[in-house]
Amino acid sequence: MFLMLLPTLLFFLINSYVPMVGIYFAFTRYNFADGLFGSPFVGFENFRFLWQSGKLMQLTLNTIGYNLAFIVLGHTLAIVCAILLSEIGARFFKKLAQSIMFLPYFVSFVLINVIAYNLLNYDTGFINSLLVRWGMEKLDFYSIPWIWVFLIIFFYLWKYLGYYAVIYLAVITGISDEYFEAAKIDGANIFQRIWYITVPMLRPTFIILLLFSLGSIMKGQFELFYQLVGNNGLLFNATDILDTYVYRSIKVTFDIGMATAAGLYQSLFGFVLIMTVNYIIRKVNEDYALF
Amino acid sequence: MKVKDAEYSLLFKTIAYVMVTIFTLVCLFPVLLIISGSLTDNETIVRNGFGLIPEKFSLDGYMYVFKYPTAILRAYGVTIFTTVVGTALGMFFITMAGFVLQRKDFKYRNQFAFYIYFTTLFGGGLVPWYIMLTKYMKLMDTYTVLIYPGLMTPFLIILMRSFIKSAIPDELVESAKIDGANDFRIYWSIVLRLSMPGIATVGLFLALQYWNDWFLSSLFINDTRKYQLQFYLYNIINTVQFIRDMAISSGVSIGNPPTEAMRMAMSVVVTGPIVFLYPFVQRYFVKGLTIGAVKG
Repeated sequence: MFLMLLPTLLFFLINSYVPMVGIYFAFTRYNFADGLFGSPFVGFENFRFLWQSGKLMQLTLNTIGYNLAFIVLGHTLAIVCAILLSEIGARFFKKLAQSIMFLPYFVSFVLINVIAYNLLNYDTGFINSLLVRWGMEKLDFYSIPWIWVFLIIFFYLWKYLGYYAVIYLAVITGISDEYFEAAKIDGANIFQRIWYITVPMLRPTFIILLLFSLGSIMKGQFELFYQLVGNNGLLFNATDILDTYVYRSIKVTFDIGMATAAGLYQSLFGFVLIMTVNYIIRKVNEDYALF
Repeated sequence: MKVKDAEYSLLFKTIAYVMVTIFTLVCLFPVLLIISGSLTDNETIVRNGFGLIPEKFSLDGYMYVFKYPTAILRAYGVTIFTTVVGTALGMFFITMAGFVLQRKDFKYRNQFAFYIYFTTLFGGGLVPWYIMLTKYMKLMDTYTVLIYPGLMTPFLIILMRSFIKSAIPDELVESAKIDGANDFRIYWSIVLRLSMPGIATVGLFLALQYWNDWFLSSLFINDTRKYQLQFYLYNIINTVQFIRDMAISSGVSIGNPPTEAMRMAMSVVVTGPIVFLYPFVQRYFVKGLTIGAVKG
């Protein structure tokens, strides 16, 4: 039986655990001539640089900020949507709506890039042509950093609303009708029924999904960010997250030491964060904790 | 009191219908824009911008895309190959792992589960992984590198474990053992057959992951013949503009490619098949997610 598990174990060993050795790079100033293990050891120099230049702080704030927005808005909206869907009687409409809302999840992130371009580009974007038609000035979206905060959140919601709504809807459908019947007899109106029965029943699911999301809070939706922002330097301050920074370091600047330092920081921070949150949740209610 | 409730219910139901319609339209709208853009005459787009309904119908975008079909066909081929192989291989490993991990008589199952799960909590980061794959495993520009990293995700393994646990009663496994079957036999003949819905769901997730991937191609593939579909699309939409800008600034005439319409047409061609398959497939996704949600 153990043999059957072996390939999996080997896979994770090679793919995830062995690379941890590379953490060493975070403490070197890599240069091409000396190679990976010959480059000078500089201790925490990389970290100090990242910290003092404010880069680390900004990346952290962006990463956590966006993720919090994603989690809070995403789940709230999904729960609302699921509740609304559950109250809809017409079967065909319900199925159709569900299918259409699930579609964005299927679509690749590159397509989101195209959609964003279609909507937002200066010359031919849909929004800009509407603005022109209404006699207003065009907006150069790609050089207005702060707007992208909202845009990114919007696209995230667009992609994942259907996905999360389906999950929550499944849980709602599983709630026994008896609760609702009893509440109705006791005189509760529909808003009360939802607030006092449906919402509390969704709480365990929400917490589990929340914990899963928190585990990757430092990782963020790399593909989403990169496809929307790309290499547009103007937008970096508002939209760069740890993942995109590291990715660019590999593709563009090839600064191994710095990139590994950022990556290590990301892993460590995330790890500490989830351990802390899990600990707190365990104290509050043991069942909900992840481990 | 009864009257009040009926009123509230009606109000709520109306709100529900309205909001769901809004959500649905918002989900659909961008896709419609792209389709419309792909069918519009390029000049119209340049002059008036993208619109919801093609002002001037034209298939130029598509014609240009299909003028040199080799590249697209190749990208399709690569992607189909990696998706099929990756999903088949991955499913094999994931189901085995899921089966083993849910067996109550497997002593260290919790420790191993944690070993797998831990990789989602902490890791060396992108850089060491990249270095390892390129320098030490020499996987640059190979098909392997497109398949290997996505084979097993902790999320899917744990999902599979839940599916198998709820689909296979322990007594069945025990009686098979008494009959003399070894673990692999049990897995192959019994487990695979009985957990079909779960396998279908996990398989679909895995296939979707491979099909939509562009990340691996961007990092590890320089040989344009090995590009996967999504990355190919990404390249096209980035370079079309680039080529045109270059052509304009250097005074070279390369004809007048219908860049905007072409971009849209390309997107449709690349995404099309998924959207076609989607109605058939989404039922399984939804069902699988539903089951997973309730058990999870």
